Amino acid sequence: MTLFLLRKLGTLAATLIAVSVIVFAVMNVLPGDPALVMLGLDSTPDAQAALREALGLNAPVHIRYLDWAGAVLQGDFGVSYSFDIPVGDLIAERLPMTLALAFMATLLTVTTALALGVFAAARHGRIADWGVMAISQLGIALPAFWLAILLVILFAVTLRLLPPGGFPGWEDPGAALTALILPTVSLTLVQAAILARVTRSSVLEVMRLDYARTARAKGLSRGAILRRHVLPNALIPIVTIIGLQIANLVTGTIVIENVFYLPGLGRLIFQSIANRDLPTVQALVLFFAAVVVVANFLVDLAYAAIDPRLRTG
Amino acid sequence: MTTPFRLAPLGLAAGLLMVAGIASAQDRVSIGMQQEPTVLDPTADATASIDVITAHNIFESLTSVDESGAILPQLAQSWEVSEDGTVYTFTLVEGATFHDGSAFDSADVVFTFERAMGEDSVNPSKGIFGPVARVEAPDPGTVVITLSQPDAFFLFNIAQGDASIVAPETVETNTTNPIGTGPYKFDSWTRGDRLTLTANTDHRAYTEDMIDTVTFRFVADPAAAVAALMTEEIDAFPGMPAPETLEQFKADPRFDVVVGTTEGEVILALNNSKPPFDDIRVRQAVNFALDREAIIDGAYYGYGAPIGSFFPPHHKSYVDLTGVYARDVDKAKALLAEAGVGDLTVTLRLPHFPYAKRSGEIIQSQLAEAGIAVEIENVEWAFWIGEVYRKLNYDMTIIAHTSPNDLGNFARGPDYYYGYDNPEFNALWAEIRAESDPEALDALLKDGQRFVTDEAVHGFLFQLPKLGVYKTGLSGYWASAPVLFAPLKDLRWN
Repeated sequence: MTLFLLRKLGTLAATLIAVSVIVFAVMNVLPGDPALVMLGLDSTPDAQAALREALGLNAPVHIRYLDWAGAVLQGDFGVSYSFDIPVGDLIAERLPMTLALAFMATLLTVTTALALGVFAAARHGRIADWGVMAISQLGIALPAFWLAILLVILFAVTLRLLPPGGFPGWEDPGAALTALILPTVSLTLVQAAILARVTRSSVLEVMRLDYARTARAKGLSRGAILRRHVLPNALIPIVTIIGLQIANLVTGTIVIENVFYLPGLGRLIFQSIANRDLPTVQALVLFFAAVVVVANFLVDLAYAAIDPRLRTG
Repeated sequence: MTTPFRLAPLGLAAGLLMVAGIASAQDRVSIGMQQEPTVLDPTADATASIDVITAHNIFESLTSVDESGAILPQLAQSWEVSEDGTVYTFTLVEGATFHDGSAFDSADVVFTFERAMGEDSVNPSKGIFGPVARVEAPDPGTVVITLSQPDAFFLFNIAQGDASIVAPETVETNTTNPIGTGPYKFDSWTRGDRLTLTANTDHRAYTEDMIDTVTFRFVADPAAAVAALMTEEIDAFPGMPAPETLEQFKADPRFDVVVGTTEGEVILALNNSKPPFDDIRVRQAVNFALDREAIIDGAYYGYGAPIGSFFPPHHKSYVDLTGVYARDVDKAKALLAEAGVGDLTVTLRLPHFPYAKRSGEIIQSQLAEAGIAVEIENVEWAFWIGEVYRKLNYDMTIIAHTSPNDLGNFARGPDYYYGYDNPEFNALWAEIRAESDPEALDALLKDGQRFVTDEAVHGFLFQLPKLGVYKTGLSGYWASAPVLFAPLKDLRWN
């Protein structure tokens, strides 16, 4: 187990280093000078040069990378070019909202999808099964941003039940959670539809296996078979998909935060790429990469918990 | 909006609550904006929303302008100009203070100008300080600015946010905590969401009926902007990003839709520095192939005025040159044949602005009729700045030039992204800048417009309109935008 953890940590470190090098290189190769973006089209060449000097953009790329990496190792992500405050502060003020959104969306996705998937599998071939399948097909086909706009028109503009967007801050937790309802639902629906279908087919597959039939033959009820024999064995593909979806949900916040004008990390990465705000982009891409790697790590742990055969090595 | 009948009791209850809440609702207004500022110092970054929020609200300049663009006194209550137009003597207002309580005097003006002109200045419009030779403060209430040559736009230029008067004690922190002398004070900023200003009760022009709290809400997505207005989350969207929805707001008695003008000339820019557009006949052919009305209808739902040169139609020196290249496809084809470019294929690099994307596709089909094949490439803004603007790596592009008095762009030399270099126009522009007689200036500006039209430097398309949606009862806002800033101090709820 120690070896397993060490190997995973090694993968995490290697991934983050690779990601940071690639992002640094790409942001430097991409056309677009941060100083010109900030100072605009009417700026004079000497003002642009003064800003480039102030931002430290005149040093060679590899020197700048090493300086940056050295500072990051000490926990210093630098100062945002465009916002002129430490990147760490910028991320810290936005992280709670994005985490809350991603967490609520993950929770809602997993609970809805498992419930619907198992429900459909248990009623295989009947109306309920067809209903779940039809709805989930629709869910997969709908783009999340479009669904978000429809939800806003219905629940905010017409019914006036929920706010159309924005985030009031955490001082009033009730209002904060209310503001996240529509974004959570929009973020969830597509993912839940996919996961429900995977759950259904995985459960159905296991139900056809010999030991499920044997359990039926020895007189266990349908529910008991599902709970005790089918679900634990059907979980492996489901957990794989959940792992992929956590990454999707975190990156999905980029679009959803824009539609609901939420002050989260997704909107920040959007702004900072457009502004060529290199320190902020670097830190955020590293953060998103870390989330994906950690999600995969948790999935590996979950495999080991579910299936004893995977614990060796 | 009709309310379903069964919801009437709910509506009644809400109505009563609103009556109870009216006193406080009168004290605040929330304004929607697409673009969020990056920092809050208008002298350090060109992002337009910085000027909208801070200039002449938090900060003030020596001069200001009114909605028609006419010059007004501000921190300078009056001024005298020497006979030769090079020495400006400003008398400053008395009793003005910065928001931190410190007094404003001539030393702050000298500091501001020297900082903007200095070697390590990062002022986004450093060019407007170019003609300034010396700034002196003979006493705390007087500033004397000496120019190296007369400048017809000097008083206008120093009204801009780039020339906001800042104090040496607080200048370093203005990016996050702006301290100016203006009628509104910075209160708070939740990045990504909202920024709040409060009325400055110590301001020399403060009146009790000024709105106490102004909140800017940052809503980038057009559909979200519509929803935020419809649900009355925000009271006004002065730069409405979705022209297709204006009919809906016009039909709704809760809103006023106001269409004004801006200084933004939308042009189909042609790269004059290389073939095929180094040939005036090809540029003229493009102009003859354009149907401006169709472009405005398609790109901006009919809002916006066609232009035939690089000049705003609301300006008093405007000449209507839209007829010079009235659409004539046969003429366009003949000119192309004469220039020897029968099968012409060019690329059109489009920045991400909606007006550019929508105009681009229409122009593509219009030019196709004249035998010019256009390949559209959509590019990101920073890419546009890096490749199109700085390296002149393009054939055609569509962009709005939003600065006032920018006819001088055509005199910016071969390195400017127009790739246009004409000594004759350079001389004309030098004459315009130095002219202090209003009538002579008027005639010269008209010559300038005709010059760039005759040269067909670009395809001049239309003047970007200012589309605003405001809750009924709100007054005191500017319908048009002669400058980037938009003063809040006259906003009232009736």
